[in-house]
Amino acid sequence: MSRIVVTEERCKGCLLCTTVCPVSIIRQSERINQQGYKVAEVGADDMGKCTGCTSCATICPDMAIEVWRTKKSKKAA
Amino acid sequence: MAKAKSAAKAAPAPKAGAPKAAVKKTAAKKTAASKVAPAPKKTVAKAAENEELVFTRPAALADRATHYCPGCHHGIAHRMVAELLDEMDLAGRTVAASAIGCSVFLYNYIKVDTVESPHGRAPAVATGIKRARGDKFVFTYQGDGDLASIGMAEIMHAANRGERITVVFVNNTVYGMTGGQMAPTTLIGQKTTTCPGGRCKDREGAPIRMAEIIAQLGGTAFCARGSLDSVKNIRQAKKYMRQAFEAQTKGLGFGFVELLSGCPTNWRLSPVAANKRITDEMIPYFPLGVYKELEGDATCGSLIAPGTAAGGAGEGK
Repeated sequence: MSRIVVTEERCKGCLLCTTVCPVSIIRQSERINQQGYKVAEVGADDMGKCTGCTSCATICPDMAIEVWRTKKSKKAA
Repeated sequence: MAKAKSAAKAAPAPKAGAPKAAVKKTAAKKTAASKVAPAPKKTVAKAAENEELVFTRPAALADRATHYCPGCHHGIAHRMVAELLDEMDLAGRTVAASAIGCSVFLYNYIKVDTVESPHGRAPAVATGIKRARGDKFVFTYQGDGDLASIGMAEIMHAANRGERITVVFVNNTVYGMTGGQMAPTTLIGQKTTTCPGGRCKDREGAPIRMAEIIAQLGGTAFCARGSLDSVKNIRQAKKYMRQAFEAQTKGLGFGFVELLSGCPTNWRLSPVAANKRITDEMIPYFPLGVYKELEGDATCGSLIAPGTAAGGAGEGK
């Protein structure tokens, strides 16, 4: 299972990540960070759909997204 | 005075010792408690065993929030520069010349030595650095208001001389920092604070295409235009930027990469709409691609410093 980690204090709520996700699991949350932006999030149910493609992290201008990917060899076994 | 100060300093020290022990105890309690309480974090840690971190902050990029507006593409361009400095193992011997504009605080974000240049003069400053310290990797990071207007003379002549420097040119078609005035690259019909009726070709002329101009100059070894509006274009732009860096590390000549980027604040658009504008309006006028790629040396070769002639460490990559 791949997953992303959103550093909420760095997110500026530009939502560019939501436009590039191939499985459309990133959305705007109702949480507001210290700077006053509504941050991006992935719902707990949706995280299993993450493919670890790094598109969201690539387009994020604020380095607010880290991507973790499960190693393929172990997954296949 | 000094005695009193030292006494004052010394006094709380033994006191501090006691609370420290207390803190340790509570910390120990906390770790014990955390094993039970936050369940989601625990699963995360467990999964991390066969997981790998495939995308994170490059070492050359400082871990701090940027001052850029939401959706500003400077952050992406900064990250690409930092990633390449890491990948090509250049960060330790890089000197940057930053320019005036929103990217003026480049030195806060990219962990390399940086010289802050006068408006538009970054290529001239970079020329001086490179000629004095030929073993250093030197790049400038400029916006379109800086490079294409006040700095036009410097960029043209630096490119024509074939200086072994690399220029990262961020084109967002407005003066971002000063409040969205018309820049030389502002598109026809685009409304800015100094052309509220839209840019008129008769009055203000046509937008300048810098990548095409620089490609025509004799000393240019690599010149390309990329865009930061989509994941595909960002990945392609990074390849262009790598080639522009290699033009310098191999000692071939001047490297230039133009990046089309968005300015949601001054375009009065949302970040998502601003990205769409790049795709729909900017890319047709500023076509993407490589405009010049030299295999050999762009000049007579007398400027190759002994250290750089062998190429950077990342040359083979």
